[in-house]
Amino acid sequence: MGTPLLKINHISKSFPGVKALDDISFSVEKGRVHAVMGENGAGKSTLMKCIFGLYHPDEGDIILYGNKCLFSNTRQALDNGISMIHQELQNVPSQNVMENIWIGRIPYKKVISPLRITDEDKMYKDTLALFDKLNLDIDPKKAVKDLSVSTCQLLEIARAVSYNAKLIIMDEPTSSLTDKEAAILFSIIDMLIKSGVSILYISHKIEEVMQISNEVTILRDGTLVGTYKIKDIDSDFLIRSMVGRELTNRFPQRPQNPHLGDVMLKVSHLESAVPGSFSDISFDVKRGEILGIGGLVGAQRTELMESVFGLRPVKNGTIEINGEPVTIKSSGDAIKKKMGLLTEERARTGILGKLSITDNMLVVNQRYNLPRYRKNLIFLNNTLRKSDSREYTKDLSVKTPSIDTQISSLSGGNQQKVLLGRWLMLNPDILILDEPTRGIDVGAKYEIYLIMRKLTSQGKSIIMISSEMPELMGMSDRIMVMCEGHLSGIIDGKTATDEEIMKLASSY
Amino acid sequence: MELTQSNIKKILMDNLLYVVLLFMFVILIIISPAFLSWIVIRDILMQSSTRLIIALGCMFILIVAGADLSGGRVVGLAAVIAGSLAQSSTFYNKFFPMLPELPVIVPVLIAIGIGLLAGFLNGIIVAKLEVNPFIATLGIALVVYGFNCLYFNLPPNNSQPLGGFTKGFSALGGGATLGIPNIIIIAAVCTIIVYLFQRKTCLGKELFAVGGSKDAARVSGINVEKILVLAYSLAGALYGLGGVLEAARTGSATSTYGAGYEMDAIASCVVGGCSLMGGVGSVPGVVVGVLIFNVISYGLTFIGISSYWQNVFKGVIIICAVALDVRKNRKKN
Repeated sequence: MGTPLLKINHISKSFPGVKALDDISFSVEKGRVHAVMGENGAGKSTLMKCIFGLYHPDEGDIILYGNKCLFSNTRQALDNGISMIHQELQNVPSQNVMENIWIGRIPYKKVISPLRITDEDKMYKDTLALFDKLNLDIDPKKAVKDLSVSTCQLLEIARAVSYNAKLIIMDEPTSSLTDKEAAILFSIIDMLIKSGVSILYISHKIEEVMQISNEVTILRDGTLVGTYKIKDIDSDFLIRSMVGRELTNRFPQRPQNPHLGDVMLKVSHLESAVPGSFSDISFDVKRGEILGIGGLVGAQRTELMESVFGLRPVKNGTIEINGEPVTIKSSGDAIKKKMGLLTEERARTGILGKLSITDNMLVVNQRYNLPRYRKNLIFLNNTLRKSDSREYTKDLSVKTPSIDTQISSLSGGNQQKVLLGRWLMLNPDILILDEPTRGIDVGAKYEIYLIMRKLTSQGKSIIMISSEMPELMGMSDRIMVMCEGHLSGIIDGKTATDEEIMKLASSY
Repeated sequence: MELTQSNIKKILMDNLLYVVLLFMFVILIIISPAFLSWIVIRDILMQSSTRLIIALGCMFILIVAGADLSGGRVVGLAAVIAGSLAQSSTFYNKFFPMLPELPVIVPVLIAIGIGLLAGFLNGIIVAKLEVNPFIATLGIALVVYGFNCLYFNLPPNNSQPLGGFTKGFSALGGGATLGIPNIIIIAAVCTIIVYLFQRKTCLGKELFAVGGSKDAARVSGINVEKILVLAYSLAGALYGLGGVLEAARTGSATSTYGAGYEMDAIASCVVGGCSLMGGVGSVPGVVVGVLIFNVISYGLTFIGISSYWQNVFKGVIIICAVALDVRKNRKKN
């Protein structure tokens, strides 16, 4: 095959407290789709960022067309024929489509030297030509903020192609695309391959990878599992290699004789004060039960649970805890009723990034359990705060140099454990977990599942919003499925199937 | 720890503020050995005292990721109000000719109360009306200054500088206890109280939580609006005290007192390590930040350099401090 287009040679990269990549090597041939797979936290995105010049690897080389190269910024990577479609959208919403495509490379025309103005006509024509080539039907002059998420994603793809790159890195490009749009992407990929471009394709979707790629490299916890030809393997092999153990062990055993107690939380006919959010939602959770909440993006699951927790306004409906009607107008009210909420967006609504582990863990308990932490009328007992923090850090096996470490320097999984500790300290009766294992490595996931099982065995109630089907089915006693703000059904967690959930999730 | 070159560099970088302050002192002493005397140090500390109290107020605001442009004008209003109520009965040109001599504590508490009220309004406008803090406090600064001028212009005073303060009131700024100027003692006590409040109380910790992430704080059951109002109110009260001391120290008060102090306070806080993005700020840092600026002012005058240069130096220091801080934080991440 001659010289590979790209050769990754013994790359390692560490962040404080974690080794994100450990001695990774593989090569990408010209005109091939090379998939990179692995669980969340396996190091895929870190590796791509190393190739694209966003991170510097600690060790190892990246060899492009036989030349060693280390890009110190993305500009250099782009100039050397590597472009990337990022996982998160990178658009400038206030600008129009063509300005977004040619950002950083906007064509100019001279008026009177040296005065230059943007060449709108050229930009418009170039954009049309590009969209024509890619079979996209988007108005180049439309403002990006008026486009749907999936169209924005297609725009990102078009931009990546517009650099005439030899290698395009695609980081979960289909995560916000419908099947129809994904098909457009696949035909674009097909066209690119035929013109000799190589694709590094990161995806969680096994079927997709089996369908479009030629080779696959599997990473697990920052190490290389192996590179395989797609024609030599099957999807079971892929899953086993990614997870590193048989699928049956992904979730802790269900208790033999689950003992569900009385109803702990009962929500009746709840309606959001925000028009178009959710309405007429009724459900209950028993002591010792895990109620899963499934649904697609836009099902208003987070909005529902944040409303129950007092963070969003409610128009109608009642909430009962232990059979007594309660009024919850703020998160403080909910916490006083012994509820906890682990939010979905860890970085925005979870961690206090600039504060230490201790300050992050104690932030709820030091107020709502104030007598415990009071040294005297005025001051807090910092020794007790620290010893409590140390205890939970140890119990939850948070990997950290010290309890005074700033939380933002921990890995996602460890941050999540600290946040879980924040609520466990309060000893809540009802714990709401919104996507509790998103962006967390396999090991930490399993530990969080174990904690959930332990809590329910103590008679606590858990409500778990999850978009991962296996997690919903593996952990929930019952699964409540929502669609577009409606409750579409509540089914038994032990017997639920993918099809059943998907059908309910798209029933409105 | 072994004192290798990189270790020394790290220790210097971690304690950069103290190093800079010490360095400036040493340079000044080399140029003019007379700089090293109790009188010079005392003068610098006295000049720093009001500035420090105001900067501590400003620190609360920066910790909750706010901004406060009203500080200087609140200082001015507090100075005029305290001054108008603290004149001795024998003074010929009294603001309130019929007012009997009041105990010192009365004008002091009223002025602090007025400051608190102004801060409270700032807090309500920022937290409840959700007006951008920059604009909210700019508005309050204008309102406060306007009222101050109206008050100051009341007959029979008609905008004449206030003076003739009672002995007790003047002693706040000029007197000494056991050889230590009272104003320094007051500033030190404030500093210690603020430090303990920030480090050891639940509300103090929640200021940092709100500044770090309002959304995360709200999920954690913190009443974010309450904490914001608290931060602005505390700042207002400290500005009020600053105004009182400024009047007592100078023995006078006019409606232009305090003009521009808010910018000095923000600059001292930023040099002292507070982040304009919120969630970061320490009392020792702010103390050193204030001292650095006052050592520059006093020191340059002392060695006979034009006072116009002071602004040049201050400006350069602010930019350098923040530029270094950005780099230090980037390395950490």
